[in-house]
Amino acid sequence: MPQSFWRRFVRNRPAVFGLAFLVFVVLLSLGAPLLFPGDPFSIVGKTFLPPFADYLFGTDSLGRDIAAGIAHGGRTSLMVGLVATFFAVSVGTLLGALAGFYRGWIDDALMRFTEFFQTIPTFLFAIVLVAIMTPSRGSIILAISVISWPPIARLVRGEFMAMREREFVQAAVCLGMTDLAIIFRQILPNVLSPIIVAGSLMVATAILIEAALAFLGLGDANAMSWGFMIGAGRSFLRDAWWLCAIPGIAILLTVLSINLLGEGINDALNPRLRTL
Amino acid sequence: MSEFALLALQGVSVALPAWADRERAVSDVSIELQRNEILCVVGESGSGKSVLARSIMGLLPAPHVRVTGGRVVFDGENLLEAAPERMRALRGARIAMIFQEPMTALNPLMTIGRQIDEMVEIHLALTRQQRHERIVALLEEVRLDDPQRIMRAYPHELSGGQRQRAMIAMALILEPAILIADEPTTALDVTTQAQILALIKELQRKHQTGVLFITHDFGVVAEIADRVAVMQHGVLVEHGAAAQVLNRPQHQYTRSLIGAVPALAPRQRRETGDSPVLLEARGVTKSFGSGASWFSRSDHRVHAVKAVDLAVRRGQTLGLVGESGSGKSTLARCIIRLIEPDAGSVRLGEVDLSLLSRRQLRPHRKHIQMVFQDPFGSLNPRLTVVQLIAQGPITHGVPRSEALAIARDLLQLVRLDPAAADRFPHEFSGGQRQRIGIARALALKPDVLVADEPVSALDVSVQAQVLQLLADIRDRLQLTMLFITHDLRVAAQVCDEIAVMRYGEIVEFGPTVDVFADPQHAYTRELLAAVPGRNWIPPQLQR
Repeated sequence: MPQSFWRRFVRNRPAVFGLAFLVFVVLLSLGAPLLFPGDPFSIVGKTFLPPFADYLFGTDSLGRDIAAGIAHGGRTSLMVGLVATFFAVSVGTLLGALAGFYRGWIDDALMRFTEFFQTIPTFLFAIVLVAIMTPSRGSIILAISVISWPPIARLVRGEFMAMREREFVQAAVCLGMTDLAIIFRQILPNVLSPIIVAGSLMVATAILIEAALAFLGLGDANAMSWGFMIGAGRSFLRDAWWLCAIPGIAILLTVLSINLLGEGINDALNPRLRTL
Repeated sequence: MSEFALLALQGVSVALPAWADRERAVSDVSIELQRNEILCVVGESGSGKSVLARSIMGLLPAPHVRVTGGRVVFDGENLLEAAPERMRALRGARIAMIFQEPMTALNPLMTIGRQIDEMVEIHLALTRQQRHERIVALLEEVRLDDPQRIMRAYPHELSGGQRQRAMIAMALILEPAILIADEPTTALDVTTQAQILALIKELQRKHQTGVLFITHDFGVVAEIADRVAVMQHGVLVEHGAAAQVLNRPQHQYTRSLIGAVPALAPRQRRETGDSPVLLEARGVTKSFGSGASWFSRSDHRVHAVKAVDLAVRRGQTLGLVGESGSGKSTLARCIIRLIEPDAGSVRLGEVDLSLLSRRQLRPHRKHIQMVFQDPFGSLNPRLTVVQLIAQGPITHGVPRSEALAIARDLLQLVRLDPAAADRFPHEFSGGQRQRIGIARALALKPDVLVADEPVSALDVSVQAQVLQLLADIRDRLQLTMLFITHDLRVAAQVCDEIAVMRYGEIVEFGPTVDVFADPQHAYTRELLAAVPGRNWIPPQLQR
């Protein structure tokens, strides 16, 4: 039913806006080396130039081009968000599927393990992990993945427990299918929609966490990022507001459009949940 | 139109929303309900019979479903034009309604006594003491033992039959002129159903109520109807006196419906000689729930199946008959090892399945296949029909192209259009899906077919077709069948032998003919006596 999915999706104006803006951000990030060649850390002109003068978004306290920072920083944000979500969703889905399908002691063991991660305040946990592993793109992605997978595991477990009782799953058991075939070919396709929705919203959260880490100085020192730009500009907030405001607005709009997109996907995948 | 009709429906039409599969749920229906009679409105699912009942009560899900024309005249007043306040005064007091599922119709957070009391309090000016006496008297009248206890009970503390009795008491407390009953016995077991039907009939005679009784079951109609109205696709196709419609139906649709009702005459056991026992269960036991543990001393285990022995000869069909909770489905699932029995053994031919681990069992599974009850839940919505049928053979190592060819052949065997192959399950009706489920089970060429209530979710005409198909296939492929059903009519038609289950035990076992002719156990006799319309022999009609 992909056609009807698409038809329901485009009827949702905010979701279409989200998708359009996201495509724009992706193109900007991918095109950053062409649009703003060279190192975004390099000094291009005088300091504190206001926006829409010599440079589109002005310059910062060291005379770096903010527009170049936004474009290159978008690469970091999107990459961290997507890769961390990919790992978190993969791990969460796998553990949740096993727990929900097998129940019993496997479920108990996996859920206690999950709860261990859920009891630690997530952002503090991320800070500790990044600090221990030394800040780098890899360690940030790992930290965000580690704190993000438990809710996915819970979600998938619940869906699997419900699906497991359905007669088509029992029929598959009667046909003599292996457990792996039942988990991945029979049940998983039927629980993909909540996973996709949760995953799309998780990208937004991951971008926010990455920005927060960079703001605290725990970002990758070699990669421009929106969070780093806000952190670097915060001392000049009253004299040069655009140093913080422009990357802040970039984060706001990106996260907003991902959320709108996620909601749009949700509504389009589960039309029955909406009131007629 | 007679002037003395209690309730007169004149050309009532009800519109459905634009996205529905037809324009009107009810088209131009005119019918009258007299004082002191039971009028049964019969039809298959989607015939508009429930919508008709709700339109009288003003309970349609507005604004999507709404009355577009006609009049509903009660006491000289058109109910369709009555103000909401007026309808509220009439509902309950003059026109009462009972529903299919009393559990959802009752408020789970209020005691039965309080819920009935509320009705009386709103409509009548009586003291607390008078109300109490009146409720107790009525609870006694609907044969609820210990009315004081029932009044203090919450809905979940009562059985299904008790809840429906309480609903009836609630409906009758204000002595309404009209009682509308929407499938009030469909969710009940057959013995409870018989009691409730007798109760409704008795109270109706006593209070001279006009009862509009909605049902899909011609057995129930034969049991209680004075007059019958048959609906199809929202149109009233035939109505008349019960004996007239049941024994000499005029309209083609009525004839086909009545022709599809299985006769309560048992089939002769097919002689298969002394064929060997193919499927044998010994001492199968299963209990659910938690026993005593660290945290609770008390034992809450429910013993679903208690040391059951069972044997089916090759080529025979054994019917496992019982009411809900009798353990028949659990037993079947233990045999096919969808749930692990606590004790006992299951032999299929030479192999003792119970000695095999789940992994070792896998190659043996193709010999014993299952057809499920729910035509909507038993097919994976993400697979096409041909994939659904072919997945079994593919799992057992048949090359994909060959498996798909087998699947297409099977579509013909279960009489589905070959063009159906590449469509998804949601595009099919319940009966068609059940055919797909049967084809999926047959794709592995099983020796034994376990059918768990395969037709109980289907309309009667579709039910007859699916039963016919199962019988044909069984005879053609020499299948051995374990057929689980709560419906003795269906069992009589399909099974060579019958095992009657109650409380997890088989209380009677024997050839269907013998069990029907001379039941030995008291419970079997009770079951047979409870079959609705058992004294009505459906006329032999040319369909």
